Order: sequence, then C-alpha cells, then structure tokens
Amino acid sequence: MSYTETTFRFIGCSEIQEILGKQAEDERQLAELLEEVPLDSVYFHTHSYFLRTRFIERTYPNDFAQWVGEQVRDHVLAERLSVLDPFDFQSLETLREELFSIIDDHLSGMATVPRAGLGSSFYFSRSRILEVPTGVEARTLREFRDAISEVDVSAVYFHVFEAHLRLRREENDFSAWIRGSLKLPELADRMRALNPYLGSLERLRSSLLTMCDEYLAKSDQA
Amino acid sequence: MIRELEQYREVAPKGTIDFLQRLSEQVQGKRFLQISAVRYGGGMAEILRRLVPVMKAMGIEARWEVIAGTQEFTDVTRRIADGLQGRTETITDEMYQIYLDVTARNAKALDLDADLVFIHDPQPAALIEHRKGGKWVWRCHLDAGQPHRPVWSLFRRHVLKYDAAIFSLPGFAQRLPIPKFMIYPSIDPLTEKNRELSRAEIWEVLDRFGIAKGKPMLLQVARFDRYKDQLGTIRAYRMAKKHHNCQLVLAGSGVLHDPEGEAVLAEVQQAAGNDPDIHILQLPPEADREINALQRGASIVVQKALKEGFGVVVSEAMWKGKPVIGGTAGGVSTQIVNEATGFIVHSVEGVTFRIRYLLSNPSVMTRMGAMAKEHVRRNFLITRHLSDYLTMLKLLCPD
Repeated sequence: MSYTETTFRFIGCSEIQEILGKQAEDERQLAELLEEVPLDSVYFHTHSYFLRTRFIERTYPNDFAQWVGEQVRDHVLAERLSVLDPFDFQSLETLREELFSIIDDHLSGMATVPRAGLGSSFYFSRSRILEVPTGVEARTLREFRDAISEVDVSAVYFHVFEAHLRLRREENDFSAWIRGSLKLPELADRMRALNPYLGSLERLRSSLLTMCDEYLAKSDQA
Repeated sequence: MIRELEQYREVAPKGTIDFLQRLSEQVQGKRFLQISAVRYGGGMAEILRRLVPVMKAMGIEARWEVIAGTQEFTDVTRRIADGLQGRTETITDEMYQIYLDVTARNAKALDLDADLVFIHDPQPAALIEHRKGGKWVWRCHLDAGQPHRPVWSLFRRHVLKYDAAIFSLPGFAQRLPIPKFMIYPSIDPLTEKNRELSRAEIWEVLDRFGIAKGKPMLLQVARFDRYKDQLGTIRAYRMAKKHHNCQLVLAGSGVLHDPEGEAVLAEVQQAAGNDPDIHILQLPPEADREINALQRGASIVVQKALKEGFGVVVSEAMWKGKPVIGGTAGGVSTQIVNEATGFIVHSVEGVTFRIRYLLSNPSVMTRMGAMAKEHVRRNFLITRHLSDYLTMLKLLCPD
C-alpha cells in the first residue's frame, strides 16, 4: 500500500447563479452577446454546466448547444458546439473565441437567422463559486478511494474541472497527487486521461472508483 | 452532530450533510433575518419553517419575522402582487400611502438589525426604506417577467434600494441595476406532503375518494384556474381512454369565495359529465397527506398549465417516483428532463401521445420515475436550498 506524508484534502464547492440581464432570442444575438459577457459567464455555461449536471446527462454538454438544440432546434449548430471540448482550451478567452467562431461560421451559411420559440430566450448568467473545505482527507489510495465514494460530488467537480482552469495544465488534482505523492504513475495517467466532459459528475465519480478498485485489486493479488 | 440536519442524511445525496456542516462553519454567528407576510400557507413559508430552525442549530443567528397588516394593507399588497404578475391593476395614491404607513408601523415593531436580511415578496418590500445596516436582498417568488408596467414602476423604486434581488427563474426577473441571482424553490422531503407513506395510508385515501386501486391513474394537482387547463387534461384523458382503461383525478383547492374558480370548476364538472373514471376533488389547503397519497397512487402526473409559476408540484410528484408530462410554461420544463424523467409537450395531443406511450411501456414508466426521484434529490430538495442560502450569506457578508 502506497503511503504518503502529503495528505490530500478534499475541497467541495457551492455555486450561485447570477443573472446578467442579457438574453438572446436568436443565434445572431447569442454570438453578439457571447462576445461581450464576462468570462465568468463563459465558465458558467460550459465548465460549471457539469456542476449542475450531477446525475442525469443532458443531450448536449454545454448550455449553448443545449439551447440551440432544444429551443432553436438547429441541430447542426448544436452538434458543432457539442463537439468542442473545453479541456482543449487553456483559457476562457480562447474558449469564447472558438464558440463565437463556430456560431459565426454557421450563420454565414444561413439565409435566415434561426431563432427560439416565444418565451425560450437564452439567459446569460455567471458563476459565483464558493470553495468549501470538506474536512475529508486521504493519505493512502484506499483512503482516497473511500473518500471519493463518500464525499459531496462537488469535490469531484472542484478537483477535476476547476483544477483544469486553475492549474492550466492537463493534470487534475487527483492525478497530480497520485503521481506526485503516491508515486503511482500508471494510475495517475489513467486518471489524467479521463475526459470529464462526456458524462455526469456521478458517472465521473464512478469511473474514478473503478480505477481505484482495479488498481487495489491488482496490488492485493501481487 | 446537528440533529435538525441529520434527519436529512437518509434522503439527501451522498456527502451533502457533511458538506453543509462545513459550509455553515464559514458563516458561524452571522445574523440572518427573513421577513415575510405570512408564516403559514404557500411553498415559501413551508420551506422557511424548516430552514430557519436548521440554520439556528448550525450556529447561525437566524430569525424569521412576519409583518402585521390591516385588511386594507392586504388588499393593496394583493393588487401589487397581481400587478407584478401581469394583471392590470390600479394603485391609487391613497392605497400606496396605506402600504407605506403599515410598513412604517412594522418597521418600528420589528428588529431589522442583521448581517443579511431577506425580504420575501412584495408585501414587506418597502421595509427597505427603514434599513438599519447589513445587506438587504429582495427575494421574489413571483413571476415578475411581464408585470403591469404602472405597478412595476411604482414598486421598482423600492427594489432599487436593495443590495441584490433573487428570482426563481431568469425569465421571472426584470431589468435592474442591482445584482440579480437565481435560486430555485425546493421541497422538504420530510413534511406531511412529501414523506414516505405506507401502502395502507395510500389506499385509505384512494378508498375515501372512491378511486379504483387496480386501474392506471392519471393525476393533475392544481387549483381550479383557467390557466391550469384542466379541460385540456380531460381531452387528453378521453383520447387516451380509447386505448387504455385508465382513470383521471383532478385535485385542487376549494373554490369558496372565488368566483373565477367556481366558474372554472363548473366547466370542468360539465366536461367530465357522468364519466365514473373522472374524479374531481376539492381539497382544503391543509390536505397535505391526501395530496401525497394521490401522487404516490398515480401512474402518471400531468402538469400542462398554460401559465405557471415555478410549479414546484412537479418536483413533488417526481420525488414520489412518478414520470411527469408537463408543458413549457414557467418552471415546469426546468424541472423535467425531457425523455429522461418525463416528457415536455406542447399540445393536448402531445399529452395523449405520451400517456399512451407510458401506459404501453410500464418499464419505461418505472425507469423514468426512478430517474425523476434522483433528479429531484440532487436539484430540488431543501438541502440544496440551504446550501444556496448559506452560500449567499457567505458571498454577500464576507468576514
């Protein structure tokens, strides 16, 4: 059993949605407003979308694609916005530019601007995130596994999604600790390779548990 | 261990109770005051009745005050509330003065000193004119998205003096130069309306209302109001009935002293005719256990209103593991995950089609119901509401 003096401390988070008072009725307005809203709003509608998608997976993986697909019923643009992976972007500004570029390019080939039905506007919001130390700690892989199983799922969000932007690198907090402190590079590589944007937070928790269990079972056999 | 919080451990998502305890440590000793017009009746009062004692037990100096008013004051504030929700109303200078005078008397009688003051709905909103410090937030539970403009103009002058406002949906908000936040309403899973019931308890209620136990039951819970479209639900039931031997229960509050409600009820009764499988129930406001039993006894819940507020009754039904077929009005479509926990429809025919689909596929009904319950567990329980309020307290009143 790997053991480390460096304790992993789980931090959860709570989010409050601030309404910006800007709303789009059609795809052109969506693009225009996307350019002017604060970056916190881009974060809210892409990254922290998953903090609100804890259990049931929606059809599309961000608010923009979801609105375009469900309310505007422009499935081509919804799919183009869905395939964009926020993990590929080191900053919210570059993510915003790409989102704008996709919508703008799509509109350039349209004779009319697709719009949502009455009362189905896109409301821009932004995140106000509060970090909350959970008091849950781990010093071994077994403790880590048990903590992942029991901790509030917002901690999974914080250490995987939020870490990506905070650290500006591909490593998340879990893989960084397992690599650096537990010295388990193989397991760390697997955790780093997890793409969190393709499922709910609970599914992500479940994947992390499976990885730990498989590694622990292998260690027990050895 | 905080007993008031621990009782939710069995129903809240994993890790939530410990998380809330840690979150509360960040706001220990803060003075958090709630002011509303009523202590009983309505979803807001139900939730505050439970939230305030829990927050107290967590070490927050939480208080809840209720304003006192005269009949004239109640009449004026009802007009303001209706006007904010879009009804054409006139507020004369004399009426407005009554509103201000009663508010001033309340301001003298109440201790308004706190770190954070939440003022619920329009009735106590003018108390902002008597603020003594701390941060003040107007918590609007109404759909003020399309108000009657003269009423909003009059009322807006008070709202502008707040530090922030909270709405239940982005579409319920007005343009304001102060920060606007969004917090969904919630349900309390431990109250009489939502607690687990034994089969015997459910059957007792069904027997009492003459509802057949072995026959699929469609349910709509809503007051008798034209916007709730009970007539549309009857039409949908009739079309489905050609294919499935089902029954329809329309449960709503009584319509005594409500001429509009009486007229709608009469129309609904006439539309139902002599069909023994349509049950029209007028229930008293305190009939929480009856509503609970009806929701648990239902196969499918229909909430296809033409106009709706947040419609927390949708979450109540989902919490009981029922698929909900709902429309796009208000917060209904926010609570339903289309094709996962139920269906969002746009017409009476859409309701019929989904009823037929679900009754033909009982396993889908069961799966959707289970998903619905889990969705509510994570998004619409009082524990999430508590987290939102504590977060607001921390963000607006940092150390």
